[in-house]
Amino acid sequence: MSGAAGERVRPPWALLAPALMLFVGVVVTPLVMTLMLSFHDWGQYKGIEPVFILKNWQEIWSDSYFHEMFARTFRISVLATLITVLLGAPEAYILNRMRAPWKGFFLLVILGPLLISVVARTLGWALLFGGNNGVVNMALMRLGVISGPLPFMFTETGVIVALAHVLMPFMVLSVWAALQKIDPQVENAAMSLGASHATVLRRIILPQIMPGLLSGGIIVFSLAASAFATPAIIGGRRLKVASTLAYDEFLNTLNWPLGAAVAVLLLVALILIVVSSNALIERRYAEVFR
Amino acid sequence: MSRNGPLALIFHTLFVLFMVAPIVVVCLVAFTPEGFLSLPTAGFSLRWFRAIARYPEFINAFWMSLGLGALSSTLALIIAVPASLAIARHAFPGREALSALLLSPLMIPHVVLGIAFLRFFTQTGLSGTFLALLLAHVVVIFPFALRLTLSSATGMDRSIEHAAISLGASDWTVFRRVTLPLILPGLISGWALAFIQSFDEVTMTVFLAAPGVETLPVRMFLYIQDNIDPLVTSVSASVIAITMLALILLDRLFGLERVLTGHSDKGS
Repeated sequence: MSGAAGERVRPPWALLAPALMLFVGVVVTPLVMTLMLSFHDWGQYKGIEPVFILKNWQEIWSDSYFHEMFARTFRISVLATLITVLLGAPEAYILNRMRAPWKGFFLLVILGPLLISVVARTLGWALLFGGNNGVVNMALMRLGVISGPLPFMFTETGVIVALAHVLMPFMVLSVWAALQKIDPQVENAAMSLGASHATVLRRIILPQIMPGLLSGGIIVFSLAASAFATPAIIGGRRLKVASTLAYDEFLNTLNWPLGAAVAVLLLVALILIVVSSNALIERRYAEVFR
Repeated sequence: MSRNGPLALIFHTLFVLFMVAPIVVVCLVAFTPEGFLSLPTAGFSLRWFRAIARYPEFINAFWMSLGLGALSSTLALIIAVPASLAIARHAFPGREALSALLLSPLMIPHVVLGIAFLRFFTQTGLSGTFLALLLAHVVVIFPFALRLTLSSATGMDRSIEHAAISLGASDWTVFRRVTLPLILPGLISGWALAFIQSFDEVTMTVFLAAPGVETLPVRMFLYIQDNIDPLVTSVSASVIAITMLALILLDRLFGLERVLTGHSDKGS
């Protein structure tokens, strides 16, 4: 017990000990063990051999199967991110211009799915896509957009659409937060000076929501690249992405060292992409973040 | 404030349709009277909801998820409160790095965490136990609990604490009678968000689940991997209904936007 008012001098380690113990014990240690595992050997009959070899890394480096799979993961994530930008940003803007009761209501409708199990949401897409007479194909054909049914299940298109849906709330949330910081007077000033609505959008709104758009893009991209349930259900067993491949190596093939190498590579690639694009954005938009 | 034009409203309608369509479809298919997936469905029946009762694995998984969510979010909060007080009130070297470490489960793909936990718990002989699942969930939901407790601990007015101390209250009394009530709104929304994260988690849990310790999303995922039938849609519809209920409650109490963006300044 310390004396009178003022900052009590107490080392925070006592307060931090439980959290630190948990994280060193159950986060850092398992991650280090996984990194080590990726250098171990494995054979069908001998199982995991705790030796230090580069076999798994060489296999990923040289086998085109892995190149294709990582390229697919990247492609799917980029396209899903692009969809959330093109649809989510305008929607956040429209939402922000709505009147009081509707604004809150639709914000709830759009952000709410974030809390609904991703398995249930993906199941919805599987039902919508389902085969040649799925609802999406029926609607598109009736509208005359397409003449014959498109394959969605077990295709990249299907995975991209479902991922864009699952991750859309993150983009809307991010752009919405950026929009809250804009002073509406600037928009009004531009209007009163004779700027058209398109000019206001392009010259006033867009530059100011850009940081929100980009940070939302980073969140969506990294979540798309590491998504598991959605590509597993929509992509099926044939269309593999990094996370579903790692899962397969672990729980079906049982080649844990190879699965660990895929997982470590996914983690490292994601961290590099996220950290470098974050740094780029912060440098570019330093004045907005201040 | 200028209004949205007709074009904007058409876009908005299509967008909302896109967002709710998969959820609505699950709920519609769940009420089918047929023995197979059919849409649009001819009639209306609760047959597949009654069928859930015949599959104890779904019921057991539901209780497992509920218990695991409640226990892990409570544990996460108990650990997060002292940590957030330490981070919010003490300037010490390495504070930034420490927050980064404690928030790191947000950055690490859950599939990587799942693999790391599977390896770790297998090596320590805990694989397939409830304890392994509990520890893993506490770690994964910890950032959510920390963010909300941190924001209420940072936004708190400390002069009341100082008054209590100068009046001779002990550390524990100050915490119990002053600090805790002040940060309580943040704690409750932190708990709720952590619970939902635990209840919904599937990617990491699928690596640790074993017969007897299976959560509902994992059971649903494994079921869907085999086949999609009306039964799993009625289970999903039930999950959606429960989540909606929690969502409305959360929104009424704290404002959903605040909970999701990690600011719990309302009411504190």
